[in-house]
Amino acid sequence: MTDPTADKAFVAFERVQKSYDGETLVVKDLNLAIGKGEFLTMLGPSGSGKTTCLMMLAGFETATHGEIRLGGRPINNIPPHKRGIGMVFQNYALFPHMTVAENLAFPLEVRKMGKAEIEAKVKRALDMVQMGAFGGRRPAQLSGGQQQRIALARALVFDAELVLMDEPLGALDKQLREHMQFEIKHLHENLGITVVYVTHDQGEALTMSDRVAVFNDGVIQQLAPPDELYERPQNAFVAQFIGENNKLHGVVEELNGGRAVVRLDSGEVIDAAAVNVGGKGRRTLVSVRPERVEQREDMSAPGLDAEVLEFIYMGDVFRTRLRVAGSDEFVIKSRNGQGQRRLQPGEKIRIGWATEDARALDA
Amino acid sequence: MADIADTGMASAPARAETLKTADGTPLKAALAHAAKRARRRAFLLVAPLLAFVVLTFVAPIGQMLYRSVANDGFSANMPNLVRWFAENPETEPDESAYAALAADLALAAEARTIGVVGTRINYDVSGTRSLFTSAGRRAARLEAPYREALLDLDEEWGSPALWSAMRAASAAHTPNFYIAALDRQVDPEEGIVSVPEDQRIYVPLFWRTMMISAVIAGICLLLGFPVAHLLATLPMRLSNLLMILVLLPFWTSLLVRTTSWMVLLQSEGVVNDVLVSFGIVADDARIQMMYNQAGTIIAMTHILLPFMILPLYSVMRTIPPSYVRAARSLGANNWTAFWRVYVPQTVPGIGAGVLLVFILAVGYYITPALVGGSSGQLFSNMIAFHMTRSLNWSMAAALAALLLGAILLLYWLYDRLIGIDNMKFG
Repeated sequence: MTDPTADKAFVAFERVQKSYDGETLVVKDLNLAIGKGEFLTMLGPSGSGKTTCLMMLAGFETATHGEIRLGGRPINNIPPHKRGIGMVFQNYALFPHMTVAENLAFPLEVRKMGKAEIEAKVKRALDMVQMGAFGGRRPAQLSGGQQQRIALARALVFDAELVLMDEPLGALDKQLREHMQFEIKHLHENLGITVVYVTHDQGEALTMSDRVAVFNDGVIQQLAPPDELYERPQNAFVAQFIGENNKLHGVVEELNGGRAVVRLDSGEVIDAAAVNVGGKGRRTLVSVRPERVEQREDMSAPGLDAEVLEFIYMGDVFRTRLRVAGSDEFVIKSRNGQGQRRLQPGEKIRIGWATEDARALDA
Repeated sequence: MADIADTGMASAPARAETLKTADGTPLKAALAHAAKRARRRAFLLVAPLLAFVVLTFVAPIGQMLYRSVANDGFSANMPNLVRWFAENPETEPDESAYAALAADLALAAEARTIGVVGTRINYDVSGTRSLFTSAGRRAARLEAPYREALLDLDEEWGSPALWSAMRAASAAHTPNFYIAALDRQVDPEEGIVSVPEDQRIYVPLFWRTMMISAVIAGICLLLGFPVAHLLATLPMRLSNLLMILVLLPFWTSLLVRTTSWMVLLQSEGVVNDVLVSFGIVADDARIQMMYNQAGTIIAMTHILLPFMILPLYSVMRTIPPSYVRAARSLGANNWTAFWRVYVPQTVPGIGAGVLLVFILAVGYYITPALVGGSSGQLFSNMIAFHMTRSLNWSMAAALAALLLGAILLLYWLYDRLIGIDNMKFG
């Protein structure tokens, strides 16, 4: 599952480019290999090219250049209905003039299956998403979450090995969305299908995926498992896009193996892990996660001076905004644990972090 | 805390018998009062339109429909004879009947309504208008025995057909116009029977109108569906441009459009000239596309096409492309996705368009009058004939009422089959 090489990958994009107007590339030189049974999420802001990639895979858009392979077979010239890929659409796209059962039977009917076989498969698919009693209803009579389940069942009913999902949970409220995330995840695990999932919600991507491809500007910025993506972002875009992030601008003063000494614009000098820096004398952006910042009791300990600007009580955590190194946007998060002190605005404190948690990235 | 809870409990009603507002008025009365004011304001806002519609639409149409059963041309002007008919049902006319007739003729001649009376009887027994007017001139000088005196004037006064027509006309209301509009007549012995085949006009014309309208609606659907689909799927900027082309005919006078079809289609017209010049059609065998059914169908299809395209377009615009995409991803080829997923969702538009075009076509008048010749005439042309030529407005009203009835029936049928609330006009 981890790092399948391109030739034995189940789905492979090879040097794929896509342009709509002949002037700009929406997808620039995409190389991506997805293993069988993998749950891969394409994450990125709107206009980053992730949906275009999904549509090329589904067959609704043609690649301007490059090759897309499914199970080792090039599919560039195969029309969508012959690709046998299940797809869940953003607005579910359940056919409103058919009942739920007819919706599910549709892919089986066009495959000319026998009546008894269709009935059995439809029943099995409905039971799989716990919607067995709803076969006679119309989609409009179902709630958003129920429609979502039916859309899922319809994409799975014809035993597709690859299922594409285009922001399938976008229309649901937060609680239901989190619930459905787990259901989709469990279906994926139980059925052993390959899922390519598109979302702009980073929480969703981190929760569900085996690997996440972060898209921006038509390029995959980083392709990694969720924990690596969060803890070891490769560049400034990924660091900012995934999770909350404190930014400290400065210049590399010294490079020493994996370590960089950075002089911040405000004059302070800090140590950081050199992840993606040009070299000595180049500008860099040091990224620190809010929950990795610690308050130092000793005001002379290594770290930076900070002034408390705002304290926000969020229930499970405290979120404190600080003025650090000339920036008013530095945030720390602390767990609402036993004996955790609530900082007061105006307080002067000392903060610090483990050197590997401060990551020097491209500016 | 406890105090607030206590007073809260106290002021709450012991049981939910009569809920009251804070100042003690019953809740229902207060609600009715509040709603009444809003309703009165709403009514005042629509009152001008309501008055306008009643004055200019409901009243004239009602009057027109009443005219289809009203029968006062004879009954209001011949009081003595009407009384005699009422007192002697099913009796042959005797001397007293002729006396009443003579008295009425004299009365009507004096009141100058003898022409109205004659016209009314003339609807049923043709050639009798002059019988009345000439008798009216001499009615004052008639003397008993009146039967002989009248028969001396004209033998026709003894005709049983005339007398049965007068008896029928003596009622203030009559179904006769409807009976005639259905190509039937009242036979003294057998009741209501069909008129001889060669005299049937209205029923064949009615069916021909329905047929032609159905054909026009069908052609409009075939031509309009792809156009509407194109408009709905093109980028907004392009589709707006094309929409102007669809709407352009709307902004041109109906007469101009019809006459330009005459220029195109007549036997010395543009289409025939082109066909002849390419040698497709011989010069002496030019196609007759004008002054027949073909002319009516071609011109009306063109004129009514926008009424098909607009509702179709407005429905297609709302169908997200993801439905067809979903069908394709589920394994349906282009045709199956179109036929089983796309078309069923355009049904509200198809229903609205077909019904709209059909109803407009059924009542169409100017175009068939200009390009229809004799075989392309529609029902409304016959109504116009009775309005302007034969001046039998009651007949025109009866025909119009039949047409209205047929359309209402169709509408009801549509509602039963597809559902009116499923219809979208745009």
